[in-house]
Amino acid sequence: MKFRESLSGGKKSNQTRENISGSVSSLEVHDLTVSYHRRPVLWDIDFEMPEGKLVAIVGPNGAGKSTLIKAIMGLVPPASGYVKIFGQSLEDARPRVGYVPQRNSVDWDFPTNVLDVVLMGCYGRIGLFRRPRAADRDVATDALRQVGIADLAKRQISQLSGGQQQRVFIARALAQDVDLYLMDEPFVGVDAATEGAIIELLREMRRRGKTVVVVHHDLGTVRDYFDWVLLLNLRLVAFGPLEEVFTDTLLQQTYGGRLNILTEVGELMKKQDRGRELR
Amino acid sequence: MDAAFWIILTGTLAGASCALVGSFLVLRKMSMLGDAISHAVLPGIVIAFLMTGSRSSIPMLLGAALFGLLTAFIVETLHRKGKLQQDASIGVTFTWLFAIGVILISRYTGMVDLDQDCVLYGEIAYVTLDTVAVWGVQVPSAILTLGGLFIVNLLFVGVSFKELKITAFDPSLALSLGISATLWHYVLMGMVSMTTVATFWSVGAILVVAMLIAPGATAWLLTDRLRSMLLYSLLLSLASAIGGYYLAVALDGSIAGAMAVVSGILFALALFFSPTHGILVRRIRLRRVVEREAKIKGGDAALQS
Repeated sequence: MKFRESLSGGKKSNQTRENISGSVSSLEVHDLTVSYHRRPVLWDIDFEMPEGKLVAIVGPNGAGKSTLIKAIMGLVPPASGYVKIFGQSLEDARPRVGYVPQRNSVDWDFPTNVLDVVLMGCYGRIGLFRRPRAADRDVATDALRQVGIADLAKRQISQLSGGQQQRVFIARALAQDVDLYLMDEPFVGVDAATEGAIIELLREMRRRGKTVVVVHHDLGTVRDYFDWVLLLNLRLVAFGPLEEVFTDTLLQQTYGGRLNILTEVGELMKKQDRGRELR
Repeated sequence: MDAAFWIILTGTLAGASCALVGSFLVLRKMSMLGDAISHAVLPGIVIAFLMTGSRSSIPMLLGAALFGLLTAFIVETLHRKGKLQQDASIGVTFTWLFAIGVILISRYTGMVDLDQDCVLYGEIAYVTLDTVAVWGVQVPSAILTLGGLFIVNLLFVGVSFKELKITAFDPSLALSLGISATLWHYVLMGMVSMTTVATFWSVGAILVVAMLIAPGATAWLLTDRLRSMLLYSLLLSLASAIGGYYLAVALDGSIAGAMAVVSGILFALALFFSPTHGILVRRIRLRRVVEREAKIKGGDAALQS
């Protein structure tokens, strides 16, 4: 219940429509196609995202969710199309956009400690060949405090639990202090307490006007956590406010025949069975 | 000063220069690429040698470094565009380039002062034969080359510590921050190539791999901090050079070979006895946990009965 209240409160203060027609979009993607070994993995993606939203990217495995945010960050080359961030090219907008990779994309045995990893969020600001200063350390320490693991600052990163690892990555993003965040599966393999702490932080970021885009695969929590949804399955199925987009019909379209593997969404399974009969 | 001192110093400087860049190869899980580069620079060395007739010229360093970069580039291209596995593309690339070097040597072996033994195993024992006077002291010219190389590598790692660290740990974050992981990959490979070429004459193409990889790999077992890892890798190079020299004297065998053997022994020691990551310590920790669990369970059982 509490989640619902804060969600509707967020909506009132954010005023969706003004954002769309008024200020610049936080993120624009136009005609984006990405292919891997000549096989398209994203096809003609086109959308504009208003500022100050918590956005979930939802779709089945292999739908291209991670690829989409990687393509936006320039980590995979597009076959066609372009991206604009706050009306600028990626290169110009870099100081305003941050990327949080999947937790398992790095080697946690790397010889470094928690504070050093969080400090990496400041590397873009610090500049080539310069060393982090005391002020950067303060920013990093403060970020660790916000995610509730300030006491682990000197801990070797190999000694962290999955939840703590994810908190380190979120702290690093906070230290980066940008206006648009793209996060790849931040809720995978974390404990319930961490998931709660992270979503509270994401809401706090939204309150401060940040836009947070999250690749998410738990359909059961989309309604509680997010206010905008992007449904993806190779193509963009739908993009918009939660209540308009997160509907049975559109989810059906997104997941197609594969919906039945998501056993946690019982009601959707029923819908799908009905859909099969129709077909 | 006697030959022993110069040989040990040569081994230390060569090893330390290799360890500095090699540690980052280990961290990036690209040790085999170091192996590949150290072999693939051979044709570059031979061609430069044939053209200039000298061993320690700057054009030679650069020419061979180009071959190193070429290796890194071909490996990457075969892997990405050719859908070849990373290890397979490394295997194909460096043996091919190395073979070209071997052909070049055997074809021109009569014309130049360069033989297969020297290329493969180095000739560290003879460093004192080629000396230059520095402030009245006869210093082996290899010391000057390797000393210069060590300083360059130290400066390189010192200045770009932050960039080397982030591109090794989290290349996609680095890219998103505008720090090009690809650019730093090739910068590091360029440094590895130069280092390999400069140390080539002392230790040869095969043993240089031990100097690149063993100290970094051993140091990683001993510490949780990147700075300490680099420092330890330097100390390990020193220990390998000293230990290797005296082992070679005792066995009357190859000095470079003995140095590599000692660095391997040091690695094995660290693997078993490291206070942080050693197999022994982990065993003991595990046993303690098991005993504690058993005690708790035993207590529970006693309570229940």
